[in-house]
Amino acid sequence: MKSEHKNAIVADKIATVILYCIAGFFLLLLAGFTAYIIVKGIMAYQPGIFSFERTGIGVELFNTVYLVLISLIISVPIGVGAGIYMAEYAKAGKVTNYLRICIETLSSLPSIVIGLFGYLVFIYMTGSKYNLFAGALAVSILSLPLLTTVTEDAIRAVPSIYKEGSLAVGATHWQTIVQICLPVATPRIITGVILAAGRGFGEAAALLYTAGMSSNVNLNIWNPFDPMSLLCPFRPGDTLALHIWALKTESMTPNADQIANFSAAVLLVLIFAFSLGSRLLGARLDRKMSGK
Amino acid sequence: MNKKIKFNTKNLDLYYGDFQALKSINLEIYEKEVTAFIGPSGCGKSTFLRCLNRMNDLIDSVKIEGEIIFEGQDINGDIDVINLRTRVGMVFQKPNPFPMSIYENIAYGPKCQGVKDKTQLDTLVKESLVKAALWEEVKDRLNKSALGLSGGQQQRLCIARAIAMQPEVILMDEPTSALDPIATAKIEDLMSKLKKDYTIIIVTHSMQQAGRISDKTAFFLMGEVVEFNETPVIFTNPADKRTEDYITGRFG
Repeated sequence: MKSEHKNAIVADKIATVILYCIAGFFLLLLAGFTAYIIVKGIMAYQPGIFSFERTGIGVELFNTVYLVLISLIISVPIGVGAGIYMAEYAKAGKVTNYLRICIETLSSLPSIVIGLFGYLVFIYMTGSKYNLFAGALAVSILSLPLLTTVTEDAIRAVPSIYKEGSLAVGATHWQTIVQICLPVATPRIITGVILAAGRGFGEAAALLYTAGMSSNVNLNIWNPFDPMSLLCPFRPGDTLALHIWALKTESMTPNADQIANFSAAVLLVLIFAFSLGSRLLGARLDRKMSGK
Repeated sequence: MNKKIKFNTKNLDLYYGDFQALKSINLEIYEKEVTAFIGPSGCGKSTFLRCLNRMNDLIDSVKIEGEIIFEGQDINGDIDVINLRTRVGMVFQKPNPFPMSIYENIAYGPKCQGVKDKTQLDTLVKESLVKAALWEEVKDRLNKSALGLSGGQQQRLCIARAIAMQPEVILMDEPTSALDPIATAKIEDLMSKLKKDYTIIIVTHSMQQAGRISDKTAFFLMGEVVEFNETPVIFTNPADKRTEDYITGRFG
């Protein structure tokens, strides 16, 4: 008995050590990558790199944020709506199972496939040029399954006592969803939005043939309906991730490598800032509701 | 004194899938009284309580047969469930205030019914909290989250939330089982005050509680009502051997 007990303690210690090692390894790997990108980025800094001229990455930075924003405006309402449907309305059965398979399949499609689909449908079939809006649509397709699943899980995780309490005072199903379930689920849904935005920030393959690989803007035009205007979503526009790829593979610019390195660092900081901001917002909502 | 019948159930059967949870329940519940349901766990008392405001609708596999007449209408028929739930309020086993302010918790129900007028809502919130004996404790922190209240306060808040709908009946599903003795005493006190205005039906595991606060008691066992009578009769002179065994603690 005694030695068995001892063995259990040793096994417990070994497991703890191994888990710590794995966690430490990942942390190190992550820190290494981050440091490498940031340091190389800082070393590549040169005055005027943020400019909106050809040598700067201002336009690409703007395109990235703009595209992610448009794609979130499209995908969040649809994804959250679909998630609510799956959690609250879909009855267990063949149709629901089929829907679930579709969502899972969609979530594992390679992004180049979505990009080519986007090219076919949003560009070729509509007869338009590469444009940011088409890119945002493609990214939306990529992030929809994620948003749907996260929302469904978040709504299901709302304690049933809240729901019952709401229905018991005569609230309708819809009132209960909008006023009780959604606010309670919001912090978790925000996590999903961060992940979805992350896909948008980092996506390249899906944008290759939808948003295009170059930008051509005239900074003196502020009419968002003019295809030369920075604000026009229906103009070609390359995002940072795609810009990095283009610079590293086929650019003729002499300091392409440096611009690419700097862009990578900027992209990293951008994603970090977005995640942090969203998490702070989520935490604030959470605090407000729990009264702490 | 001839009291009106509030709920009248006739041959009520309830099935969860193939399992019959309630067997031919016939009960008359009188208005402005406290009626207690007692019985061992799984005897169907909570299930029956949830029939009275159609909370069992939430469970897909439930099938109900028989009638529950509330104010002349069979509530198992084609009725306005929302309207029923505003007239038959409910307090749950675990205090379940919404994660919002104390004020919003009370105002939620009326707002869902379309009450928008701020003064009307203010009055309603205050009156409900006063009736639930919570006003003095929370009047200075109405805009603070309800989750910051103690368990007993939270449960009284839930009672206030039910009262705000100006219901006729308040259903209570073991409302004090998660509370300490002092908080329990407060809620029991409150119930005896509330029965002047409301019909109260309470499910309880505590026979002492049923004895202290109820006018009538129904003893449930395995989905059946074994005995239903004036509370003193049930506790001092039960007609059925099983009731006697249960209240004397021989099982359950």
